[in-house]
Amino acid sequence: MNFNATLIGQMITFAIFVWFCMKYIWPPLIAALEERNARISEGLAAAQRGQQDLEEAEIKVKESFNEAKAQAQEIINQAQKRANEIVDEAKDAAREEAEKTKAAASVEIDQQITAAREQLRKEVSSIALAGAEQILKREVDAKAHAAVLDELVAQL
Amino acid sequence: MAGSYANSGEYIKHHLTNLTFGQKADGSWGIAHGADEIAEMGFWSINLDSMAFSIGLGVLFLWAFHRAAKKASSDAPTGWQNFVEMMIQFIDESVRGSYSGKSALVAPLGLTIFVWIFLLNLMDLIAVDLVPWIGGLMGLSYLKIVPTTDPNITFGLSLGVFVLVIYYSIKMKGPGGFFAELAFHPFPKYMLPVNLILEGVTLIAKPVSLALRLFGNMYAGEMIFILIALMYGGGIALGIFGGFLQLGWAIFHILVITLQAFIFMTLTIVYLDMASQTDH
Repeated sequence: MNFNATLIGQMITFAIFVWFCMKYIWPPLIAALEERNARISEGLAAAQRGQQDLEEAEIKVKESFNEAKAQAQEIINQAQKRANEIVDEAKDAAREEAEKTKAAASVEIDQQITAAREQLRKEVSSIALAGAEQILKREVDAKAHAAVLDELVAQL
Repeated sequence: MAGSYANSGEYIKHHLTNLTFGQKADGSWGIAHGADEIAEMGFWSINLDSMAFSIGLGVLFLWAFHRAAKKASSDAPTGWQNFVEMMIQFIDESVRGSYSGKSALVAPLGLTIFVWIFLLNLMDLIAVDLVPWIGGLMGLSYLKIVPTTDPNITFGLSLGVFVLVIYYSIKMKGPGGFFAELAFHPFPKYMLPVNLILEGVTLIAKPVSLALRLFGNMYAGEMIFILIALMYGGGIALGIFGGFLQLGWAIFHILVITLQAFIFMTLTIVYLDMASQTDH
């Protein structure tokens, strides 16, 4: 092993190389690496945030969907109720109308019956009168016997 | 391949000698032509091949990483950018795991050490004869391509780390604190000389072990590559066997060179962490 000035030359070279590396090579590279690290972790955090937001949005969507569904159900129920009510009302109205019509009809019928009876009575009384006239062979004074006839008619 | 050498010993010696530039015995400056001349040059000579490959690979590393650094952004990375960022992340994690303090220096230091030493070690995988042969064509007597098989290079690195360890120790603990750590530590105060020797050895052992571990591994690896290469000169059967051996050793060595670079970096970080820890 011969030691010579190469030793000193190598030490100087070493110092210069390390200085150069320290000044121009290491800092920009490590800075870039750290920056990328920061960017990556930022990106990951953003992705996680996005994921979270998505989940929250999904939950929200589900909630509003359920709400809408419930609302729709309620509306349907109300509508059904209303429809039932309307039908019931209509039924009631129809029934009332029918009853009214029926009552009116029965009153009319009664009137007609009464009128027919009256007519019948009159006809019967006149027939009876005519019969009596024929039987008596003479004319009965209608005026004189009106009270009797009326009584007869009322008895019929 | 050892044909042009007098014997195997010379072949090995040749492949493990650096191209050294310095003042020769006669006073002129030039490139050494043998171990004797290198020894004569003494300390003030320089291993041109080690320095050239070391600086060249270091510049390659800085250029390639600087290109990525200029384009660095937090957008999706592609290709080379991706690889560089992976390296940065790997080093950053290692530093975070081992270094408890905060320092703008430690992580870039770790990156430089890891990638640079890896590249230096990687030269080990280039065929052992190729580069000396090219060097020969260029008229260079020696050309050793793996800088980390030169103890000057490994000690240069580890002494650089050692300087930082001392600097951090003094900066974090103050000169008094640093001395106290060396002098009063394992035993009570009255045993001060023993403490100094013990802690001094511990301190000195750091750069020495760093440098020698890397040097030893790479030197041994290179030596084995050279020994395997010697088999190519021993007939067809031995040559084929050597081919398989070389392949196996090269694959194993991919692990070794990475591991050595990683160990050097990790230990550097750990030493600096120990240096900057104030409470003991």
